[in-house]
Amino acid sequence: MTIIAENPIKAVAAPSQVQQKVIASLAKRHRTENLFRRLGLTAVLISLGLVAVLFINIFSKGLPAFWQSAITLEIYFDPAIIKIPPMPQQRVDESDNDFRQRHIEWQTEIGFVNFNRLITDSLQKVLPDAGKHRRDLARVVTSGERFALRDMVVADPSIIGQTRTLHLLTDANIDVWLKGNIDRSLPDAQQQLSPKMREWVDKLAADGVIQNRFSLALFMNPDSRSSLASAGLAGAFMGSFYMMLVVILLAVPMGVAAAIYLEEFAPRNRITDLVEVNINNLAAVPSIVFGLLGASVLIGWFNLPMSAPIVGGLVLSLMTLPTVIIATRSTLKAIPPSIRQAALGLGASKMQAIFHHVLPLAIPGILTGAILGVAQALGETAPLLLIGMKSFVASIPASPFEQASALPVQIYLWQGNELRNFFEARTSAAIIVLLLMMISLNGLAIWLRKKYEKRW
Amino acid sequence: MKLNKFSSLLLAATVALTASATAQAQSRDTIQIAGSSTVLPFSAVVAEEFGNNFAQFRTPVVGSGGSSGGLRQFCQGVGANTIDVANSSRKMRPNEVEACKANGVKEIIEVKIGYDGIVFASRVDAAVFKLEPKHVFLAQAAQVAQNGKMVANPYTRWNQIDKTLPDQEILLAIPGSNHGTREVYEEKVVVPGCQTLAEVKAMDKDAAHKFCTAMRTDGRVVEIAGDYTETLARLQAQKDAVGVFGLSFFEANRDRIKVATVSGVEPNLDTIISGEYPVSRPLYIYVKGAHIGVIPGLQEYAQFHVSEGMSGFGSVLESAGLIPLSDDERAEIMQNIRQKKSL
Repeated sequence: MTIIAENPIKAVAAPSQVQQKVIASLAKRHRTENLFRRLGLTAVLISLGLVAVLFINIFSKGLPAFWQSAITLEIYFDPAIIKIPPMPQQRVDESDNDFRQRHIEWQTEIGFVNFNRLITDSLQKVLPDAGKHRRDLARVVTSGERFALRDMVVADPSIIGQTRTLHLLTDANIDVWLKGNIDRSLPDAQQQLSPKMREWVDKLAADGVIQNRFSLALFMNPDSRSSLASAGLAGAFMGSFYMMLVVILLAVPMGVAAAIYLEEFAPRNRITDLVEVNINNLAAVPSIVFGLLGASVLIGWFNLPMSAPIVGGLVLSLMTLPTVIIATRSTLKAIPPSIRQAALGLGASKMQAIFHHVLPLAIPGILTGAILGVAQALGETAPLLLIGMKSFVASIPASPFEQASALPVQIYLWQGNELRNFFEARTSAAIIVLLLMMISLNGLAIWLRKKYEKRW
Repeated sequence: MKLNKFSSLLLAATVALTASATAQAQSRDTIQIAGSSTVLPFSAVVAEEFGNNFAQFRTPVVGSGGSSGGLRQFCQGVGANTIDVANSSRKMRPNEVEACKANGVKEIIEVKIGYDGIVFASRVDAAVFKLEPKHVFLAQAAQVAQNGKMVANPYTRWNQIDKTLPDQEILLAIPGSNHGTREVYEEKVVVPGCQTLAEVKAMDKDAAHKFCTAMRTDGRVVEIAGDYTETLARLQAQKDAVGVFGLSFFEANRDRIKVATVSGVEPNLDTIISGEYPVSRPLYIYVKGAHIGVIPGLQEYAQFHVSEGMSGFGSVLESAGLIPLSDDERAEIMQNIRQKKSL
């Protein structure tokens, strides 16, 4: 380039030896460049293709699971079936504790009511030949819905004697049958539903009594094994939420503080070099090792509860810490020294220069690093398996100390459920939810960077 | 300045979190269960119903890890950071009881919750198997007797073992040694099959046991450490594979797999209850006596588990695939729980 630029006239007149050499090799160089470009493009296309296959596979399986078959029934809260004492009222002289005790006793009393009969009675109205097939009749609606009816009575006992139109989830196998997730032509011996049941379900679906409705259960319910159709992600979601809270409260401030100290205050010597090397090492430690650490130290020595989000959060904090430190340090490095010098020149102390001038400019970069670290922690599974978070938990945790599952672990658990026909789709739906959360977290990071980014 | 306020707030929150963590560590009000993945589906249903029916107790948490893993955790000691119940698909071994007692777990209440069948299944589009225990032994043995001598297992196809078996590659997916199912599989199928051989009858007891349980290592027998879904995945990948499953898992996936008869008997609820089908075993939960009265609802949970309504005929657990206890057994076990009768 430089030769040609310097001697444009000479180049036109007679090509020098060097130029001849260049011209001779030009075709070959272009060829290799073209080859490299094509290779690069193929690599991009192949990886995009693989991602597309993955997404198409997950979405085609998982999207239908967001809709679930539900039956519309007129439920009559029959006073002849629901025979319960009136709801206790707190007396003036009664302590809160005594009242709670009486209320629990009252709830236990309601638990003895056979709410299934309300459902079967109502089903008999839409299925004329139901009387002869009572066993099948009790299986149309998934078993967990009786607790939904109980909760309605507990919340408002005046409902007794009234009729409500409700959409109740059907049994998981009915959903499988209606969605065609089981081969309809299989003989009776291989079907999950009895012939009578299949006849009923097809008729009810044709009449519009059973419809595919958006599945709130997937988002509102915790995991379930006794009533598979009502298994949901709420428990796992709250578990993940508490863990992320712990990560944000622990790893982010600690990581940022460590990075500021190391970058701005720490003297450069062997010890800080050692610390620096080890932070990078920590970032490379396989995540399952942190799980082992959590199991032996946090649960074994500090007696923290098993399968609790607090332990998961602490373990994930350790894992996220190096990510946050490294991201923060590189952001701080990118702030021009002129900012610091100007502040120092105007008489600010070092502390003031950093906290008033450098750090505010570094915040977008730090936030981006922190969000990416949290997103990584959100998707982490291996360490959680070792601290007991792969247990089956059928309640929604009310605090980080209560047993819970986590979203990626829930995917693992559903993947292992025996009723493959139903849970293959459900698992993919859970993956979609997790993917969307990750994408929105990453999107937030990009947006923050774009919005607050400063160029010097 | 705003920044400082924010960071001090964060600091305060962090301190509060750590402080409450230490406070929380002392007590626990949720029953913790771990162990067999065969028992897990049943225990999980009981746990859920327990939480839903008893407003005063919290829903127990059910973990997996295999019978051996669960019992090991169970025997770690007494206290809030150890589990309360171990699920097991086999009886606790004497050395496990000793290990437990050495760690201070002295009261171990054994609760039999019902029975389960173990089935051999292949893909629906594979051939039909009519197995005898002897066939299974010959398919998985390290050495077999030929012309009075012990030789390395030469069989590669089922029909080489017996003409009545299909002409299909031998590929057996059996549960790993962390599963209680493995022990029952060996005890009820492999060893009886092995002992039909004249050569084995001549051996002394230890040598016979060693010979019978030795497994070929040429890749035709695969040990599955995970749960039955993993075995099913193996079958879906390889058409010729024959897998070992629990009856309840087969029931839930009848459209994908079909069962083999063992000694001419098809496994189902009736043949297992009557004892005609040879490969069945009792399932247990082991309750830590020292935790009763400390962890709320522990005794009630055990009673609920074996109650007629939960695991009797026509109950939820029966429809989930558990084979119920007889009435006499149930009464006796209930009595044991009430009296906290320890092993």
